Amino acid sequence: MELQYYLILSALLFTTGVIGVLVRRNAIIIFMCIELMLNAANLAFVAISRSLGEATGQVFVFFVMAVAAAEVAIGLAIIVSVFKHRETINVDEVNSLKG
Amino acid sequence: MNAEQILFILFGAVSLIGAVAVISFRHPIYSALSLVVTFFAQAGLFLLLGAHFVAAVQVIVYAGAIMVLFLFVIMLLNLGTLSVKGAIGGKLKGFAIILGILLAIEGIYIATNVLNNTAIASAQPATAAPNTTTYDIGELLFSKYLLPFEVTSLILLAALIGVIVLVKRSSNDSI
Repeated sequence: MELQYYLILSALLFTTGVIGVLVRRNAIIIFMCIELMLNAANLAFVAISRSLGEATGQVFVFFVMAVAAAEVAIGLAIIVSVFKHRETINVDEVNSLKG
Repeated sequence: MNAEQILFILFGAVSLIGAVAVISFRHPIYSALSLVVTFFAQAGLFLLLGAHFVAAVQVIVYAGAIMVLFLFVIMLLNLGTLSVKGAIGGKLKGFAIILGILLAIEGIYIATNVLNNTAIASAQPATAAPNTTTYDIGELLFSKYLLPFEVTSLILLAALIGVIVLVKRSSNDSI
């Protein structure tokens, strides 16, 4: 397959993640959409790595995965704390900072 | 159409449908399970690209560890009834979807046109490239990218300490 098709698929997956972050109000689903975006970036990394015929892109995929794992652990801990405190994880109702 | 194209269309369609299902299901559990489907389909795409080790790590780390963490938190918080009301919405929903479509068009434009003039496009065609093995990845990871690798371990340590601090503080006194 051509490189372009993988990059188009990656762009579509990334866009789905962006729309999810903008449309959904549930903090956990917003986190899942961030995972979708990171995965779309991973797909582009691996496709370009294949196209160039070297493994550097796949090394970066591991760094992305490590950052994603750390981010999910901390994010879910924050969500659990917010839920214990506010009894909701709707991002529209968690507005104490008046953002 | 050869087998690779058929498999690409299959895996690509499944991952896109799974991604759309993630943002359209109202219940978080269904979204999480759709995300697992997407991750498996992407592991298939990684296999098609010859990245066998990345595909294995995708299934083990993403579909295994990270999604179990998500499901665990969803079930721990028992969000079933809370999150369904007003799950999708906000005043700017239509605006967000229009901007998303514009972003998709930009991404497709970049993927099809702009890359034609770069080093990536002028590289050897994909069929000539051999499969990158685990050996290649490990060699790069422990020679050229040794410093980023060590920094990654620091990130994981920071995340570990951060989570412990967050959970301890919220259990001792209410913030």
